[in-house]
Amino acid sequence: MSATEMAEAQPAGGLFLDYAPPPDVYDEVLGADGRVRDSWQPFAQVLNGLGPAGLLHRGDQVKRLLRENGVTYSTQGAPQGPDRPWELDPIPLLFSSAQWQTLARAVEQRALLLNLILQDVYGPQNLLKAGIFPPSLVYGNPSWLATAKGLAPLGSPFLQLYAGHLARQPDGRWVVLADRTQGPTGAGYAVENRLVIARTLPQDFQSLHVERLASFYIALRDTLHSMARTHRDNPRVVLLSPGPRSPTYFEDGYLARYLGYTLVEGGDLTVRGDQVFLKTLGGLLPVDVILRRIPDEDCDPLELRADSPLSTPGLLQAVRSGQVVVANGIGSGFLESPALLAFLPAACRILLNQDLQLPSVATWWCGRPADLSYVEAHWEELVVRPAFVYKAAPPISVRLLSPDERAGLWERICRRPDRYVAQEEVRRSTAPVWTGQQLQPWHVGLRVFATSTSGGFNILPGGLSRVSSPSAPLGNSASAGQGSKDVWVLADAPVSQVTLLHTSATVLELRRTGNDLPSRICDHLFWLGRLTERAEGLIRHLRSCMVRLTNDWEPAGLEELEVLVAALSGEDELAAERRAQTKSLHTLRDSLWRSLFDEAHPNGVAATLLALRRTASVVRDRLSIDGWRIVNQLDLSTLFPWSKETARLGDVLLLLNHILMLLSAFSGVGAESMTRGPGWRFLDMGRRIERAVQMLRLLRNTLVLPRGELIPLLEALLEIGDSSLTYRYRYLASLQLAPVLDLLLLDDTNPRSVAYQISLLREHVERLPHEPTVFEAPPDAKLIAQSERRLHQADVESLTAIEAGEGRQQLGVWLKQIYTPLLALSDTITQHFLTHTGPARQLGVMARE
Amino acid sequence: MRYQVIHTTTYEYSETVPLCHNQVRLTPRGFGRQQVLRHSLTVAPRPSMRREWTDLFGNTVTYFSLEQFHNRLTVTSQGALEVAPWTPPNLTQTPAWEIARDDVRAARTAETLFAAPFVFESPFVPYWPEAAEYARPSFPAGRPLAAAVMDLTERIHAEFVFDPRATTINTPVGEVLTYRRGVCQDFAHLQISCLRSLGLPARYVSGYLLTDPPPGQPKLIGVDASHAWLAVFVPSYGWLDFDPTNNQIPGQRHLTLGWGRDYGDVCPIKGTFLGGGTHRMQVAVDVRPLEEANPQTNGGPRG
Repeated sequence: MSATEMAEAQPAGGLFLDYAPPPDVYDEVLGADGRVRDSWQPFAQVLNGLGPAGLLHRGDQVKRLLRENGVTYSTQGAPQGPDRPWELDPIPLLFSSAQWQTLARAVEQRALLLNLILQDVYGPQNLLKAGIFPPSLVYGNPSWLATAKGLAPLGSPFLQLYAGHLARQPDGRWVVLADRTQGPTGAGYAVENRLVIARTLPQDFQSLHVERLASFYIALRDTLHSMARTHRDNPRVVLLSPGPRSPTYFEDGYLARYLGYTLVEGGDLTVRGDQVFLKTLGGLLPVDVILRRIPDEDCDPLELRADSPLSTPGLLQAVRSGQVVVANGIGSGFLESPALLAFLPAACRILLNQDLQLPSVATWWCGRPADLSYVEAHWEELVVRPAFVYKAAPPISVRLLSPDERAGLWERICRRPDRYVAQEEVRRSTAPVWTGQQLQPWHVGLRVFATSTSGGFNILPGGLSRVSSPSAPLGNSASAGQGSKDVWVLADAPVSQVTLLHTSATVLELRRTGNDLPSRICDHLFWLGRLTERAEGLIRHLRSCMVRLTNDWEPAGLEELEVLVAALSGEDELAAERRAQTKSLHTLRDSLWRSLFDEAHPNGVAATLLALRRTASVVRDRLSIDGWRIVNQLDLSTLFPWSKETARLGDVLLLLNHILMLLSAFSGVGAESMTRGPGWRFLDMGRRIERAVQMLRLLRNTLVLPRGELIPLLEALLEIGDSSLTYRYRYLASLQLAPVLDLLLLDDTNPRSVAYQISLLREHVERLPHEPTVFEAPPDAKLIAQSERRLHQADVESLTAIEAGEGRQQLGVWLKQIYTPLLALSDTITQHFLTHTGPARQLGVMARE
Repeated sequence: MRYQVIHTTTYEYSETVPLCHNQVRLTPRGFGRQQVLRHSLTVAPRPSMRREWTDLFGNTVTYFSLEQFHNRLTVTSQGALEVAPWTPPNLTQTPAWEIARDDVRAARTAETLFAAPFVFESPFVPYWPEAAEYARPSFPAGRPLAAAVMDLTERIHAEFVFDPRATTINTPVGEVLTYRRGVCQDFAHLQISCLRSLGLPARYVSGYLLTDPPPGQPKLIGVDASHAWLAVFVPSYGWLDFDPTNNQIPGQRHLTLGWGRDYGDVCPIKGTFLGGGTHRMQVAVDVRPLEEANPQTNGGPRG
């Protein structure tokens, strides 16, 4: 190659100088001649304009936005494991308008075909009768559900939302690796990716005329609404999620919020009569349409998997009676069988009288003798996977097996050939991914989405691209991948703005109650309130202790400090204080450090914040974006990434102040931007109970068995109770026990006092909806009255007295009398709303004869 | 023969149940030799709603829910059936078993396509080589299908011990084969597994069996039992029943409730409930002839 040719073959240069895709695959950006493809020309200029510095900046911005929005993806099989942050490359995957039109038409044809196949195998079964489908593909396939045959009226559509996992082969053709039809995921991540990238590259996004995504979601929503059999003007649509243990729970919540639907789990729904209802605080609300993200088998324990924890008993009967519509239709998991891929071309010719435009990866079903011989002859080029259940096992690349393993696999196949398919090994295309230093060719997977419309299918002009590094190629696995990319379809002319709001053609009925809150959510909000307040109290307490570590308290103040530190551990019994041996300043410091950083410390800050984040993530769709962003920052490992052991006191104090500020911000967002519905009431009840109980315990743990000097202790108590300022205004510098107790306990104008919390609690409980629903007995207002009566009965002066050898026993008894009913109240609230969503159990099977 | 059948199932709960959903398959089927004269299904307390539908296999399914507090649930199925006398085909005149197998595999006619759902494995009936191996001696090349199946029926009857304590409904068929013990459900599942492993369509039949009291004692109410057997698809004849528990081709003493791929498809009562604490179930089945007929003793049939 001459020097001039080299120069000509250079793409726009700059960033692409070192970009070298492998020679035997298709590269999305560079053609075989090393030039930038036409469709990428404008964007390549943008990239080179940014340069490494600009890309680095954009990459960081993407990371920050994703972290702020808390976009996560759970690692599968590790329900307790940490959520993995979602990774997004700043460089999108591009399609010209013409390229996309061709692909979109092919996707539409495929979606049409798949819907027709479902209507046939669960209906007249002409494909079976005509011999296009062998009986074993249907009856021998556990993904084909006998109970789904005739479930919905003949001719009803099955597919409302379809996702195809695509790969581009070396010849440039896209092929489908898998069709996802039970609860296709990724459409939510696609929106999230778009929002982030559009903010990161705002000018280019405008000038390149990127097609907007919103119209697709409007079409999806219109489709779901049009399916409602009742309440057609304003049907209730819910998004049925597998719950927080699902890897895509983040997306479930995100999509529900984006579409404006209530996020529910199987236990939130109940079937009464022929109808499905949402269990809410205000009673049972009818549900018209369910957009499900759970697999077929988890829908109904009566007719499908009996021990499924996600299911709703009676759901299929409600579908059968036509009172509710489930999207996608029950039984659509049949389409996910890999064996079906081998039959699509023939089915397409019969059902649509057309050739299949979007091919699948070449697939041989070993249940057909001719296919089995092919597999035997081309064994080493192929990938083997289970024929019927898509997720049953990962694909096996034969060439990677040892001779023994190959023989074993072949034997298994020969024993049950119908259970296996073999597929051509996919060599995916590559696209540039920004690694932080350079552009690297990573492998590309493309997920496309289709939603049914009255005349056909609407294709999302974009999608979700999963990318993986050359060292971990995606291969034939359709769901893996380390990172993701936004997908841009470039229109020829400026595109019009569409938004998901203001689109409804019908006028909405004005609604003000929030009683349609699922009961389960109330329980979580209640705990969120408790945990927020617990964290705040802990931090104040810790801060008061730590400040005293810095002062020259030693040795005079050591005893008071010990009392404070012991009270921090939250031990309810006074045993801690009875341990008379004096501790050194050093052991006190250790104890404080553990309270702050040790995740295993049950009453520690780290554990409390972790629980707080988990609880918040479950009710994420109920929190404002800002609220969620704040919660997301409440993570010690990011707030304080440095060594905990060697942390300097000053830095730790700064950390405590920072967390306190975040917690106040979260409370502020809650206080100011939540409507005063039941959700807010539960959140606030949690706060109030926790604040009152904490104060009562603190006073009990520090005052009942007096040690050391009283004055410094009172100072600390006022500090922890955030009431020092008020006290000083009222009593100046004179510190005495009775006025301190009055301010912290009885003064109902002090928003930190116990009396204040109790009066708010009373109000909340009175205002909770008391419509009788099946299981409800309202939380007992009597418990609050009991606590309140005790509080105001006492003569504070007499309680401050110290009895010889006994300490302030009377004070201890009194404090306990106030907080015991409050704890009981918390229990009734929790039990009450948990029983509501109690699990359904199976009847015993028939006696055996 | 005309029979009266009363089948009562009672659940008692230690704590109140506020809600339950149930699915019941207790309506006997009418077909060829069996006619349903009358039938009623009563649920106490009265269900909040009740619906009927027909499943893929043609069985009537009753769905009901109770949305009021209850501590007890009783489902009573009561009916009168007439079973006509019939003669099984000459077993040695049926087609060779390989023909039956190949017919269904090819699935070219409506009839064989109809049998197709019953040739594959199902949750209670996995394919497994040991079952085919066990069946093999009964299926030499070219043997007429029905004769071969009868031989297999006889062998299971002779080689297996009827033992209600040996298994539960969740005992895999493999264990039944290993320990050679079980009850009618196990034997039916085992034989179905043998037949399907050879590529022959076989279905599970649930029903009742008329039993006789010991000589000289009056018949007690509620001692009869639910029973299970199987049927094999015989080309150009249709489905032919076999009862491995009693080593016979079911005649007028076998009353059919319904059929499916295995027990799971015809389970008489399935249900889920909230609350309830612990629960206890009682089943009583009573089958008796409606008119005096000659009691035919048949070597003490077992359920």
